[in-house]
Amino acid sequence: MIGFVFRRLIASIPTLLAVLTLVFIIVRVVPGDPALVILGDQATPEAAAALRARLGLDVPILTQYVRFLGNALTGDIGTSMVSGRPVFEEVGAVLPHTIDLTIASMILGIVVGVPVGIWAALHRNGVIDVAARLLSLIGLSFPVFVSGIFLLIGFALQLRWFPVIGQADLGDYGDRIHKLILPAITLGLVMAAYITRVTRSAMLASLSEDYIRTARAKGVPWRRVVWVHGLRNASLPVVTVVGLYVGILIGNSVLTEIVFNRPGLGKVIVGALNQRDYTMLQGLMVIYCFLIVVVNLITDLLYGVLDPRVKAA
Amino acid sequence: MSATLSQPSPLRRAAQRALANPTTTFGAVIVLLIVLGAVFAPFITPHDPTEQDIISRLQPPSVDYWLGTDQFGRDIFSRLLYGARISLVVSLGAIAVSIVIGGVIGMISGYVGGKFDLIVMQAMDVLLSFPSLILGLIVVALLGPELVNLVIAIALTAIAPFARIARAPTMALKERAFVEAGHALGYSHARIIFLHILPNILSELMVMGSLWMATAVRVEASLSFIGLGVKPPTPTWGGMTRDGFENILDAPWLAIFPGVAILLLVLGLNMVGDGLRDATDPKLRNE
Repeated sequence: MIGFVFRRLIASIPTLLAVLTLVFIIVRVVPGDPALVILGDQATPEAAAALRARLGLDVPILTQYVRFLGNALTGDIGTSMVSGRPVFEEVGAVLPHTIDLTIASMILGIVVGVPVGIWAALHRNGVIDVAARLLSLIGLSFPVFVSGIFLLIGFALQLRWFPVIGQADLGDYGDRIHKLILPAITLGLVMAAYITRVTRSAMLASLSEDYIRTARAKGVPWRRVVWVHGLRNASLPVVTVVGLYVGILIGNSVLTEIVFNRPGLGKVIVGALNQRDYTMLQGLMVIYCFLIVVVNLITDLLYGVLDPRVKAA
Repeated sequence: MSATLSQPSPLRRAAQRALANPTTTFGAVIVLLIVLGAVFAPFITPHDPTEQDIISRLQPPSVDYWLGTDQFGRDIFSRLLYGARISLVVSLGAIAVSIVIGGVIGMISGYVGGKFDLIVMQAMDVLLSFPSLILGLIVVALLGPELVNLVIAIALTAIAPFARIARAPTMALKERAFVEAGHALGYSHARIIFLHILPNILSELMVMGSLWMATAVRVEASLSFIGLGVKPPTPTWGGMTRDGFENILDAPWLAIFPGVAILLLVLGLNMVGDGLRDATDPKLRNE
Protein backbone atom coordinates (compact mmCIF):
# COMPACT_ATOMS: atom_id res chain seq x y z
CA MET A 1 0.00 0.00 0.00
CA ILE A 2 2.80 2.44 0.89
CA GLY A 3 4.45 1.78 -2.47
CA PHE A 4 1.16 2.49 -4.24
CA VAL A 5 0.68 5.77 -2.36
CA PHE A 6 4.26 6.77 -3.14
CA ARG A 7 3.88 6.02 -6.86
CA ARG A 8 0.68 8.05 -7.00
CA LEU A 9 2.32 10.96 -5.16
CA ILE A 10 5.22 11.01 -7.62
CA ALA A 11 2.80 10.83 -10.55
CA SER A 12 0.92 13.91 -9.36
CA ILE A 13 4.03 16.13 -9.35
CA PRO A 14 4.13 16.77 -13.15
CA THR A 15 0.40 17.60 -13.08
CA LEU A 16 0.90 20.04 -10.23
CA LEU A 17 3.81 21.71 -12.05
CA ALA A 18 1.80 21.95 -15.27
CA VAL A 19 -1.20 23.41 -13.44
CA LEU A 20 1.00 26.00 -11.72
CA THR A 21 2.50 26.90 -15.12
CA LEU A 22 -0.98 27.38 -16.56
CA VAL A 23 -1.93 29.63 -13.62
CA PHE A 24 1.21 31.69 -14.23
CA ILE A 25 0.36 32.05 -17.93
CA ILE A 26 -3.33 32.89 -17.38
CA VAL A 27 -2.56 35.74 -15.00
CA ARG A 28 0.04 37.13 -17.41
CA VAL A 29 -2.04 37.17 -20.57
CA VAL A 30 -4.01 40.13 -19.21
CA PRO A 31 -3.96 42.74 -21.95
CA GLY A 32 -2.02 45.86 -20.93
CA ASP A 33 0.30 46.67 -18.08
CA PRO A 34 -1.05 45.27 -14.79
CA ALA A 35 0.43 48.23 -12.92
CA LEU A 36 -1.58 50.66 -15.07
CA VAL A 37 -4.69 48.47 -14.81
CA ILE A 38 -4.42 48.66 -11.02
CA LEU A 39 -3.41 52.30 -10.68
CA GLY A 40 -5.44 53.67 -13.59
CA ASP A 41 -4.35 55.64 -16.69
CA GLN A 42 -3.55 58.76 -14.65
CA ALA A 43 -0.73 57.07 -12.69
CA THR A 44 2.73 58.67 -12.87
CA PRO A 45 5.50 56.55 -14.47
CA GLU A 46 7.32 56.50 -11.09
CA ALA A 47 4.29 55.09 -9.29
CA ALA A 48 3.78 52.46 -12.00
CA ALA A 49 7.46 51.46 -11.84
CA ALA A 50 7.29 51.21 -8.05
CA LEU A 51 4.21 48.99 -8.23
CA ARG A 52 5.82 46.79 -10.90
CA ALA A 53 8.82 46.34 -8.61
CA ARG A 54 6.55 45.50 -5.67
CA LEU A 55 4.70 42.93 -7.75
CA GLY A 56 7.99 41.47 -8.98
CA LEU A 57 7.09 42.34 -12.58
CA ASP A 58 10.33 44.27 -13.24
CA VAL A 59 12.47 41.15 -13.70
CA PRO A 60 12.60 38.91 -16.85
CA ILE A 61 9.59 36.64 -17.31
CA LEU A 62 11.64 33.48 -16.80
CA THR A 63 12.91 34.77 -13.44
CA GLN A 64 9.32 35.60 -12.48
CA TYR A 65 8.30 32.07 -13.41
CA VAL A 66 11.06 30.38 -11.41
CA ARG A 67 10.34 32.65 -8.44
CA PHE A 68 6.61 31.89 -8.67
CA LEU A 69 7.16 28.12 -8.84
CA GLY A 70 9.66 28.20 -5.98
CA ASN A 71 7.36 30.24 -3.78
CA ALA A 72 4.28 28.14 -4.58
CA LEU A 73 6.08 24.87 -3.90
CA THR A 74 7.36 26.14 -0.56
CA GLY A 75 3.87 27.22 0.43
CA ASP A 76 4.24 30.96 -0.18
CA ILE A 77 1.40 31.94 -2.50
CA GLY A 78 1.78 35.67 -2.05
CA THR A 79 -0.04 38.54 -0.40
CA SER A 80 -3.18 40.37 -1.44
CA MET A 81 -2.41 43.55 -3.36
CA VAL A 82 -5.44 45.26 -1.87
CA SER A 83 -5.37 44.31 1.81
CA GLY A 84 -1.66 43.54 2.05
CA ARG A 85 -2.43 40.37 4.03
CA PRO A 86 -1.05 36.95 3.00
CA VAL A 87 -3.45 35.03 0.72
CA PHE A 88 -3.31 32.08 3.14
CA GLU A 89 -4.50 34.30 5.99
CA GLU A 90 -7.41 35.71 3.97
CA VAL A 91 -8.43 32.23 2.86
CA GLY A 92 -7.93 30.69 6.29
CA ALA A 93 -10.38 33.17 7.82
CA VAL A 94 -13.28 31.98 5.63
CA LEU A 95 -12.26 28.40 4.95
CA PRO A 96 -14.34 26.82 7.79
CA HIS A 97 -17.53 28.16 6.16
CA THR A 98 -16.64 26.69 2.75
CA ILE A 99 -15.60 23.37 4.29
CA ASP A 100 -18.90 23.20 6.23
CA LEU A 101 -20.84 23.78 3.03
CA THR A 102 -18.83 21.39 0.85
CA ILE A 103 -18.86 18.50 3.30
CA ALA A 104 -22.56 18.92 4.17
CA SER A 105 -23.55 18.93 0.50
CA MET A 106 -21.34 15.94 -0.28
CA ILE A 107 -22.88 13.94 2.57
CA LEU A 108 -26.37 14.93 1.40
CA GLY A 109 -25.52 13.96 -2.18
CA ILE A 110 -24.21 10.54 -1.17
CA VAL A 111 -26.95 9.80 1.40
CA VAL A 112 -29.68 10.61 -1.15
CA GLY A 113 -27.98 9.63 -4.40
CA VAL A 114 -26.62 6.15 -3.62
CA PRO A 115 -29.83 4.58 -2.20
CA VAL A 116 -32.04 6.22 -4.85
CA GLY A 117 -29.68 5.04 -7.60
CA ILE A 118 -29.73 1.47 -6.24
CA TRP A 119 -33.50 1.58 -5.82
CA ALA A 120 -33.95 2.78 -9.39
CA ALA A 121 -31.63 0.08 -10.75
CA LEU A 122 -33.56 -2.62 -8.86
CA HIS A 123 -36.84 -1.41 -10.41
CA ARG A 124 -35.49 -0.91 -13.90
CA ASN A 125 -38.01 0.80 -16.21
CA GLY A 126 -40.59 0.73 -13.40
CA VAL A 127 -42.33 3.81 -11.98
CA ILE A 128 -39.58 4.38 -9.39
CA ASP A 129 -36.86 4.17 -12.02
CA VAL A 130 -38.60 6.56 -14.41
CA ALA A 131 -39.28 9.03 -11.57
CA ALA A 132 -35.68 8.80 -10.33
CA ARG A 133 -34.31 9.35 -13.84
CA LEU A 134 -36.54 12.33 -14.51
CA LEU A 135 -35.92 13.94 -11.11
CA SER A 136 -32.17 13.47 -11.39
CA LEU A 137 -32.22 15.03 -14.86
CA ILE A 138 -34.12 18.03 -13.48
CA GLY A 139 -31.75 18.16 -10.49
CA LEU A 140 -28.64 18.41 -12.60
CA SER A 141 -30.25 20.93 -14.96
CA PHE A 142 -30.81 23.38 -12.10
CA PRO A 143 -28.15 26.09 -12.07
CA VAL A 144 -27.38 26.40 -8.34
CA PHE A 145 -28.11 30.10 -8.22
CA VAL A 146 -31.61 29.37 -9.54
CA SER A 147 -32.35 26.53 -7.09
CA GLY A 148 -30.80 28.63 -4.30
CA ILE A 149 -33.06 31.58 -5.07
CA PHE A 150 -36.13 29.32 -5.32
CA LEU A 151 -35.34 27.75 -1.92
CA LEU A 152 -34.71 31.20 -0.48
CA ILE A 153 -38.08 32.51 -1.73
CA GLY A 154 -39.93 29.41 -0.53
CA PHE A 155 -38.37 28.60 2.83
CA ALA A 156 -36.84 31.90 3.97
CA LEU A 157 -39.20 34.56 2.59
CA GLN A 158 -42.56 32.73 2.46
CA LEU A 159 -42.38 30.11 5.22
CA ARG A 160 -39.74 31.96 7.26
CA TRP A 161 -38.18 28.72 8.48
CA PHE A 162 -34.65 29.89 7.76
CA PRO A 163 -32.79 33.20 7.89
CA VAL A 164 -32.17 35.14 4.67
CA ILE A 165 -28.69 36.24 5.75
CA GLY A 166 -26.26 33.37 6.00
CA GLN A 167 -23.34 34.59 8.11
CA ALA A 168 -23.12 32.12 10.99
CA ASP A 169 -21.38 32.46 14.33
CA LEU A 170 -18.62 29.82 14.09
CA GLY A 171 -18.66 29.18 17.83
CA ASP A 172 -22.43 28.51 17.97
CA TYR A 173 -22.94 25.06 16.45
CA GLY A 174 -26.76 25.28 16.44
CA ASP A 175 -26.62 28.55 14.50
CA ARG A 176 -23.96 27.16 12.19
CA ILE A 177 -26.08 24.14 11.26
CA HIS A 178 -29.32 26.16 10.98
CA LYS A 179 -27.74 28.57 8.50
CA LEU A 180 -26.12 25.70 6.63
CA ILE A 181 -29.31 23.79 5.78
CA LEU A 182 -30.60 25.77 2.76
CA PRO A 183 -27.18 26.31 1.12
CA ALA A 184 -26.27 22.65 1.68
CA ILE A 185 -29.56 21.49 0.11
CA THR A 186 -28.93 23.81 -2.85
CA LEU A 187 -25.48 22.33 -3.51
CA GLY A 188 -26.37 18.81 -2.39
CA LEU A 189 -29.33 18.43 -4.77
CA VAL A 190 -27.13 18.71 -7.87
CA MET A 191 -24.65 16.31 -6.35
CA ALA A 192 -27.43 13.85 -5.43
CA ALA A 193 -28.69 14.01 -9.02
CA TYR A 194 -25.26 13.14 -10.44
CA ILE A 195 -24.70 10.35 -7.93
CA THR A 196 -28.17 8.86 -8.55
CA ARG A 197 -27.50 8.60 -12.28
CA VAL A 198 -24.06 7.08 -11.93
CA THR A 199 -25.08 4.68 -9.14
CA ARG A 200 -28.05 3.51 -11.22
CA SER A 201 -26.06 2.75 -14.35
CA ALA A 202 -23.13 1.24 -12.42
CA MET A 203 -25.52 -0.98 -10.44
CA LEU A 204 -27.29 -2.09 -13.63
CA ALA A 205 -23.95 -3.09 -15.12
CA SER A 206 -22.80 -4.79 -11.95
CA LEU A 207 -26.08 -6.69 -11.33
CA SER A 208 -25.95 -8.28 -14.79
CA GLU A 209 -22.53 -9.87 -14.07
CA ASP A 210 -22.05 -13.61 -13.70
CA TYR A 211 -20.84 -13.40 -10.09
CA ILE A 212 -24.19 -11.94 -9.09
CA ARG A 213 -25.96 -14.95 -10.60
CA THR A 214 -23.46 -17.24 -8.85
CA ALA A 215 -24.04 -15.51 -5.51
CA ARG A 216 -27.81 -15.86 -5.92
CA ALA A 217 -27.47 -19.50 -6.95
CA LYS A 218 -25.39 -20.15 -3.81
CA GLY A 219 -28.35 -18.86 -1.79
CA VAL A 220 -26.78 -15.58 -0.61
CA PRO A 221 -29.64 -13.35 0.67
CA TRP A 222 -30.72 -10.79 -1.98
CA ARG A 223 -30.06 -7.82 0.32
CA ARG A 224 -26.48 -8.98 0.77
CA VAL A 225 -26.06 -9.60 -2.96
CA VAL A 226 -27.15 -6.02 -3.69
CA TRP A 227 -25.27 -4.17 -0.97
CA VAL A 228 -22.10 -6.25 -0.84
CA HIS A 229 -21.53 -7.94 -4.20
CA GLY A 230 -23.34 -5.40 -6.38
CA LEU A 231 -22.52 -2.11 -4.69
CA ARG A 232 -18.88 -2.91 -4.02
CA ASN A 233 -18.30 -3.42 -7.72
CA ALA A 234 -20.45 -0.45 -8.69
CA SER A 235 -18.57 1.82 -6.30
CA LEU A 236 -15.64 2.62 -8.61
CA PRO A 237 -17.63 4.74 -11.09
CA VAL A 238 -19.44 6.38 -8.17
CA VAL A 239 -16.14 7.34 -6.51
CA THR A 240 -14.89 8.65 -9.88
CA VAL A 241 -17.92 10.89 -10.22
CA VAL A 242 -17.68 12.18 -6.66
CA GLY A 243 -14.00 12.97 -7.33
CA LEU A 244 -14.74 14.72 -10.63
CA TYR A 245 -17.67 16.51 -9.06
CA VAL A 246 -15.43 18.33 -6.58
CA GLY A 247 -14.40 20.66 -9.42
CA ILE A 248 -18.05 21.46 -10.16
CA LEU A 249 -18.78 21.72 -6.43
CA ILE A 250 -16.07 24.37 -6.05
CA GLY A 251 -17.57 26.42 -8.89
CA ASN A 252 -21.10 25.98 -7.57
CA SER A 253 -20.09 26.94 -4.04
CA VAL A 254 -19.14 30.39 -5.38
CA LEU A 255 -22.71 30.88 -6.62
CA THR A 256 -24.27 29.43 -3.47
CA GLU A 257 -22.22 31.73 -1.27
CA ILE A 258 -23.40 34.74 -3.28
CA VAL A 259 -27.08 33.75 -3.11
CA PHE A 260 -27.04 33.00 0.62
CA ASN A 261 -24.62 35.80 1.39
CA ARG A 262 -22.31 33.34 3.13
CA PRO A 263 -18.65 34.11 3.74
CA GLY A 264 -16.31 31.67 2.01
CA LEU A 265 -13.77 31.09 -0.74
CA GLY A 266 -16.32 32.01 -3.41
CA LYS A 267 -16.94 35.45 -1.97
CA VAL A 268 -13.20 35.99 -1.63
CA ILE A 269 -12.67 35.16 -5.31
CA VAL A 270 -15.50 37.44 -6.46
CA GLY A 271 -14.16 40.22 -4.23
CA ALA A 272 -10.69 39.77 -5.72
CA LEU A 273 -12.16 39.88 -9.25
CA ASN A 274 -14.05 43.09 -8.53
CA GLN A 275 -11.00 44.76 -6.99
CA ARG A 276 -8.65 43.45 -9.71
CA ASP A 277 -6.49 41.92 -6.99
CA TYR A 278 -4.23 39.88 -9.30
CA THR A 279 -1.91 38.47 -6.64
CA MET A 280 -4.93 37.30 -4.67
CA LEU A 281 -6.43 35.68 -7.80
CA GLN A 282 -3.17 33.94 -8.57
CA GLY A 283 -2.93 32.63 -5.02
CA LEU A 284 -6.56 31.49 -5.05
CA MET A 285 -6.06 29.63 -8.32
CA VAL A 286 -3.04 27.88 -6.85
CA ILE A 287 -5.14 26.82 -3.85
CA TYR A 288 -8.01 25.61 -6.07
CA CYS A 289 -5.69 23.62 -8.31
CA PHE A 290 -3.84 22.16 -5.36
CA LEU A 291 -7.21 21.08 -3.93
CA ILE A 292 -8.19 19.41 -7.20
CA VAL A 293 -4.85 17.58 -7.45
CA VAL A 294 -5.26 16.37 -3.85
CA VAL A 295 -8.82 15.20 -4.53
CA ASN A 296 -7.65 13.33 -7.65
CA LEU A 297 -4.95 11.70 -5.53
CA ILE A 298 -7.48 10.66 -2.87
CA THR A 299 -9.76 9.28 -5.62
CA ASP A 300 -6.88 7.24 -7.02
CA LEU A 301 -6.02 5.92 -3.56
CA LEU A 302 -9.67 4.99 -2.96
CA TYR A 303 -9.61 2.95 -6.18
CA GLY A 304 -6.78 0.98 -4.66
CA VAL A 305 -8.80 0.34 -1.51
CA LEU A 306 -11.99 -0.60 -3.37
CA ASP A 307 -10.39 -2.69 -6.10
CA PRO A 308 -7.16 -4.54 -5.26
CA ARG A 309 -6.48 -5.01 -8.99
CA VAL A 310 -5.82 -1.26 -9.32
CA LYS A 311 -2.99 -1.43 -6.78
CA ALA A 312 -1.23 -4.14 -8.75
CA ALA A 313 -1.42 -2.21 -12.02
CA MET B 1 -13.69 6.55 -49.70
CA SER B 2 -14.96 7.35 -46.29
CA ALA B 3 -16.92 4.59 -44.65
CA THR B 4 -19.94 6.79 -44.07
CA LEU B 5 -20.55 8.37 -47.45
CA SER B 6 -22.62 5.56 -48.91
CA GLN B 7 -24.85 5.08 -45.84
CA PRO B 8 -27.46 7.34 -44.22
CA SER B 9 -25.76 9.57 -41.67
CA PRO B 10 -25.31 7.87 -38.27
CA LEU B 11 -26.35 11.12 -36.63
CA ARG B 12 -29.62 11.10 -38.53
CA ARG B 13 -30.30 7.49 -37.55
CA ALA B 14 -29.45 8.31 -33.93
CA ALA B 15 -31.80 11.31 -34.05
CA GLN B 16 -34.62 9.15 -35.40
CA ARG B 17 -34.06 6.54 -32.68
CA ALA B 18 -33.77 9.23 -30.01
CA LEU B 19 -37.01 10.92 -31.03
CA ALA B 20 -38.85 7.65 -30.50
CA ASN B 21 -38.23 8.33 -26.80
CA PRO B 22 -40.91 10.70 -25.35
CA THR B 23 -38.44 12.40 -22.97
CA THR B 24 -36.15 13.31 -25.86
CA THR B 25 -39.07 14.58 -27.94
CA PHE B 26 -40.25 16.68 -25.01
CA GLY B 27 -36.75 18.13 -24.62
CA ALA B 28 -36.52 18.84 -28.35
CA VAL B 29 -39.87 20.67 -28.27
CA ILE B 30 -38.73 22.87 -25.35
CA VAL B 31 -35.47 23.74 -27.12
CA LEU B 32 -37.28 24.37 -30.44
CA LEU B 33 -39.81 26.72 -28.78
CA ILE B 34 -37.02 28.71 -27.13
CA VAL B 35 -35.04 28.91 -30.38
CA LEU B 36 -38.15 30.06 -32.29
CA GLY B 37 -38.92 32.62 -29.58
CA ALA B 38 -35.37 33.98 -29.80
CA VAL B 39 -35.30 34.10 -33.60
CA PHE B 40 -38.72 35.74 -33.99
CA ALA B 41 -38.42 37.93 -30.86
CA PRO B 42 -38.94 41.22 -32.76
CA PHE B 43 -42.29 39.94 -34.10
CA ILE B 44 -43.54 38.33 -30.89
CA THR B 45 -42.50 40.74 -28.15
CA PRO B 46 -45.10 43.35 -27.16
CA HIS B 47 -42.47 45.84 -25.91
CA ASP B 48 -38.92 46.97 -26.63
CA PRO B 49 -36.65 44.97 -24.27
CA THR B 50 -34.61 48.02 -23.28
CA GLU B 51 -37.44 50.59 -23.18
CA GLN B 52 -37.77 52.00 -19.66
CA ASP B 53 -41.05 53.09 -18.13
CA ILE B 54 -40.37 54.25 -14.59
CA ILE B 55 -44.08 54.79 -13.84
CA SER B 56 -44.85 51.09 -14.31
CA ARG B 57 -41.80 49.66 -12.53
CA LEU B 58 -41.97 46.35 -10.58
CA GLN B 59 -45.45 45.54 -11.92
CA PRO B 60 -46.75 42.01 -11.29
CA PRO B 61 -47.81 39.96 -14.36
CA SER B 62 -50.78 41.56 -16.14
CA VAL B 63 -52.46 41.81 -19.57
CA ASP B 64 -50.11 44.64 -20.60
CA TYR B 65 -46.98 43.03 -19.15
CA TRP B 66 -47.45 39.25 -19.37
CA LEU B 67 -44.64 38.45 -16.95
CA GLY B 68 -44.50 41.81 -15.16
CA THR B 69 -41.84 44.54 -15.28
CA ASP B 70 -38.42 45.01 -13.69
CA GLN B 71 -37.00 47.83 -11.54
CA PHE B 72 -36.75 50.10 -14.60
CA GLY B 73 -40.24 49.27 -15.84
CA ARG B 74 -38.92 47.08 -18.68
CA ASP B 75 -41.12 44.23 -19.92
CA ILE B 76 -39.84 40.90 -18.54
CA PHE B 77 -41.38 38.76 -21.32
CA SER B 78 -39.71 40.79 -24.07
CA ARG B 79 -36.40 40.73 -22.21
CA LEU B 80 -36.65 36.97 -21.75
CA LEU B 81 -37.03 36.35 -25.50
CA TYR B 82 -34.16 38.68 -26.38
CA GLY B 83 -32.08 37.21 -23.54
CA ALA B 84 -32.50 33.75 -25.07
CA ARG B 85 -30.49 35.04 -28.06
CA ILE B 86 -27.43 35.70 -25.87
CA SER B 87 -27.69 32.31 -24.15
CA LEU B 88 -28.02 30.47 -27.47
CA VAL B 89 -25.39 32.46 -29.38
CA VAL B 90 -22.76 32.25 -26.61
CA SER B 91 -23.29 28.55 -25.92
CA LEU B 92 -23.50 27.55 -29.60
CA GLY B 93 -20.40 29.63 -30.37
CA ALA B 94 -18.47 28.18 -27.44
CA ILE B 95 -19.37 24.60 -28.29
CA ALA B 96 -18.57 25.11 -31.98
CA VAL B 97 -15.14 26.51 -31.07
CA SER B 98 -14.41 23.69 -28.63
CA ILE B 99 -15.58 21.00 -31.07
CA VAL B 100 -13.26 22.39 -33.75
CA ILE B 101 -10.22 22.98 -31.52
CA GLY B 102 -10.74 19.97 -29.23
CA GLY B 103 -11.63 17.73 -32.18
CA VAL B 104 -8.52 18.71 -34.15
CA ILE B 105 -6.26 18.29 -31.10
CA GLY B 106 -7.78 14.90 -30.27
CA MET B 107 -7.64 13.58 -33.84
CA ILE B 108 -4.04 14.67 -34.41
CA SER B 109 -2.98 13.36 -31.01
CA GLY B 110 -4.65 9.98 -31.58
CA TYR B 111 -3.37 9.78 -35.17
CA VAL B 112 0.25 10.62 -34.35
CA GLY B 113 0.29 8.55 -31.15
CA GLY B 114 3.42 7.84 -29.10
CA LYS B 115 5.09 10.46 -26.91
CA PHE B 116 3.31 13.31 -28.68
CA ASP B 117 -0.05 11.80 -27.75
CA LEU B 118 1.09 11.32 -24.16
CA ILE B 119 2.16 14.95 -23.76
CA VAL B 120 -0.93 16.39 -25.46
CA MET B 121 -3.27 14.30 -23.34
CA GLN B 122 -1.40 15.27 -20.15
CA ALA B 123 -1.92 18.90 -21.15
CA MET B 124 -5.64 18.23 -21.68
CA ASP B 125 -5.81 16.63 -18.22
CA VAL B 126 -4.33 19.78 -16.74
CA LEU B 127 -6.97 21.89 -18.47
CA LEU B 128 -9.60 19.46 -17.24
CA SER B 129 -8.41 19.79 -13.65
CA PHE B 130 -9.42 23.46 -13.46
CA PRO B 131 -12.90 23.95 -12.02
CA SER B 132 -14.73 25.15 -15.17
CA LEU B 133 -16.71 27.98 -13.60
CA ILE B 134 -13.62 29.35 -11.84
CA LEU B 135 -11.61 29.17 -15.08
CA GLY B 136 -14.43 30.92 -16.98
CA LEU B 137 -14.73 33.51 -14.21
CA ILE B 138 -11.06 34.38 -14.27
CA VAL B 139 -10.73 34.42 -18.06
CA VAL B 140 -13.74 36.73 -18.47
CA ALA B 141 -12.58 38.93 -15.61
CA LEU B 142 -9.14 39.28 -17.17
CA LEU B 143 -10.26 39.73 -20.79
CA GLY B 144 -13.35 41.83 -20.07
CA PRO B 145 -17.06 40.93 -20.20
CA GLU B 146 -17.62 40.95 -23.98
CA LEU B 147 -19.59 38.41 -25.99
CA VAL B 148 -16.48 37.09 -27.76
CA ASN B 149 -14.59 36.72 -24.47
CA LEU B 150 -17.50 34.77 -22.97
CA VAL B 151 -17.35 32.41 -25.94
CA ILE B 152 -13.57 32.01 -25.47
CA ALA B 153 -13.88 31.42 -21.71
CA ILE B 154 -16.59 28.79 -22.03
CA ALA B 155 -14.89 27.13 -25.01
CA LEU B 156 -11.66 26.86 -23.02
CA THR B 157 -13.43 24.77 -20.37
CA ALA B 158 -14.84 22.37 -22.99
CA ILE B 159 -11.83 21.78 -25.27
CA ALA B 160 -10.31 18.98 -23.19
CA PRO B 161 -13.42 16.72 -23.13
CA PHE B 162 -13.82 17.06 -26.91
CA ALA B 163 -10.16 16.23 -27.45
CA ARG B 164 -10.66 13.07 -25.39
CA ILE B 165 -13.81 12.12 -27.31
CA ALA B 166 -12.10 12.63 -30.69
CA ARG B 167 -8.88 10.84 -29.76
CA ALA B 168 -10.18 7.39 -28.76
CA PRO B 169 -12.01 6.50 -32.03
CA THR B 170 -9.20 8.03 -34.09
CA MET B 171 -6.76 5.58 -32.52
CA ALA B 172 -9.01 2.69 -33.54
CA LEU B 173 -9.79 4.07 -37.01
CA LYS B 174 -6.17 4.66 -38.01
CA GLU B 175 -5.63 0.87 -37.95
CA ARG B 176 -8.53 0.28 -40.35
CA ALA B 177 -8.11 -0.81 -43.97
CA PHE B 178 -9.46 2.40 -45.53
CA VAL B 179 -6.79 4.46 -43.79
CA GLU B 180 -4.12 2.03 -44.93
CA ALA B 181 -5.52 2.29 -48.46
CA GLY B 182 -5.22 6.08 -48.18
CA HIS B 183 -1.57 5.76 -47.23
CA ALA B 184 -0.98 3.38 -50.18
CA LEU B 185 -2.57 5.91 -52.55
CA GLY B 186 -0.17 8.54 -51.25
CA TYR B 187 -2.76 10.73 -49.53
CA SER B 188 -1.40 13.34 -47.14
CA HIS B 189 -1.95 12.88 -43.39
CA ALA B 190 -4.17 15.97 -43.35
CA ARG B 191 -6.36 14.51 -46.10
CA ILE B 192 -6.68 11.19 -44.26
CA ILE B 193 -7.52 12.90 -40.96
CA PHE B 194 -10.00 15.47 -42.23
CA LEU B 195 -11.63 13.66 -45.16
CA HIS B 196 -11.61 10.06 -43.99
CA ILE B 197 -11.37 9.89 -40.19
CA LEU B 198 -13.39 13.00 -39.37
CA PRO B 199 -16.70 11.89 -41.00
CA ASN B 200 -16.55 8.73 -38.88
CA ILE B 201 -16.24 10.52 -35.55
CA LEU B 202 -18.42 13.52 -36.33
CA SER B 203 -21.58 11.98 -34.90
CA GLU B 204 -19.85 11.26 -31.57
CA LEU B 205 -18.60 14.84 -31.42
CA MET B 206 -22.08 16.17 -32.19
CA VAL B 207 -23.77 14.04 -29.53
CA MET B 208 -21.22 15.20 -26.99
CA GLY B 209 -21.77 18.75 -28.26
CA SER B 210 -25.50 18.58 -27.54
CA LEU B 211 -24.78 17.49 -23.96
CA TRP B 212 -22.17 20.21 -23.49
CA MET B 213 -24.56 22.84 -24.85
CA ALA B 214 -26.51 22.44 -21.62
CA THR B 215 -23.37 23.03 -19.57
CA ALA B 216 -22.44 26.03 -21.72
CA VAL B 217 -25.87 27.62 -21.18
CA ARG B 218 -25.50 27.08 -17.44
CA VAL B 219 -21.99 28.53 -17.29
CA GLU B 220 -23.01 31.57 -19.37
CA ALA B 221 -25.98 32.19 -17.09
CA SER B 222 -23.79 31.74 -14.00
CA LEU B 223 -21.20 34.22 -15.27
CA SER B 224 -23.95 36.74 -16.08
CA PHE B 225 -25.42 36.21 -12.62
CA ILE B 226 -22.04 37.01 -11.05
CA GLY B 227 -21.93 40.17 -13.19
CA LEU B 228 -19.46 38.95 -15.81
CA GLY B 229 -21.94 38.48 -18.66
CA VAL B 230 -22.70 40.67 -21.66
CA LYS B 231 -23.06 44.21 -20.35
CA PRO B 232 -26.44 45.82 -19.58
CA PRO B 233 -28.81 47.02 -20.94
CA THR B 234 -28.58 43.94 -23.23
CA PRO B 235 -30.83 41.40 -21.52
CA THR B 236 -29.24 38.11 -20.38
CA TRP B 237 -31.05 35.48 -18.35
CA GLY B 238 -28.34 35.33 -15.69
CA GLY B 239 -28.27 39.13 -15.43
CA MET B 240 -32.07 39.26 -15.18
CA THR B 241 -31.99 36.68 -12.39
CA ARG B 242 -29.40 38.84 -10.65
CA ASP B 243 -31.66 41.95 -10.97
CA GLY B 244 -34.56 39.93 -9.63
CA PHE B 245 -32.46 38.63 -6.76
CA GLU B 246 -31.62 42.19 -5.76
CA ASN B 247 -35.36 43.02 -5.64
CA ILE B 248 -36.37 39.69 -4.14
CA LEU B 249 -38.36 41.24 -1.26
CA ASP B 250 -40.48 43.53 -3.48
CA ALA B 251 -40.92 41.40 -6.58
CA PRO B 252 -39.92 37.73 -6.31
CA TRP B 253 -41.26 36.96 -9.83
CA LEU B 254 -38.41 39.02 -11.25
CA ALA B 255 -35.99 36.25 -10.27
CA ILE B 256 -38.39 33.36 -10.81
CA PHE B 257 -39.19 33.85 -14.53
CA PRO B 258 -35.61 34.07 -15.88
CA GLY B 259 -34.62 31.27 -13.47
CA VAL B 260 -37.34 29.03 -14.91
CA ALA B 261 -36.25 29.98 -18.44
CA ILE B 262 -32.65 28.91 -17.75
CA LEU B 263 -33.85 25.69 -16.10
CA LEU B 264 -36.12 24.84 -19.07
CA LEU B 265 -33.42 25.42 -21.70
CA VAL B 266 -30.79 23.44 -19.78
CA LEU B 267 -33.29 20.65 -19.09
CA GLY B 268 -34.41 20.52 -22.73
CA LEU B 269 -30.82 20.35 -23.97
CA ASN B 270 -29.97 17.66 -21.41
CA MET B 271 -32.99 15.59 -22.50
CA VAL B 272 -31.99 15.85 -26.16
CA GLY B 273 -28.33 15.12 -25.41
CA ASP B 274 -29.20 12.14 -23.20
CA GLY B 275 -31.52 10.71 -25.85
CA LEU B 276 -28.92 11.12 -28.61
CA ARG B 277 -26.21 9.55 -26.48
CA ASP B 278 -28.38 6.56 -25.56
CA ALA B 279 -29.37 6.14 -29.22
CA THR B 280 -25.72 6.02 -30.33
CA ASP B 281 -24.61 3.74 -27.50
CA PRO B 282 -24.68 0.18 -28.87
CA LYS B 283 -25.03 -1.22 -25.35
CA LEU B 284 -28.27 0.69 -24.78
CA ARG B 285 -29.64 0.52 -28.32
CA ASN B 286 -31.74 -2.56 -27.80
CA GLU B 287 -33.24 -1.50 -24.48
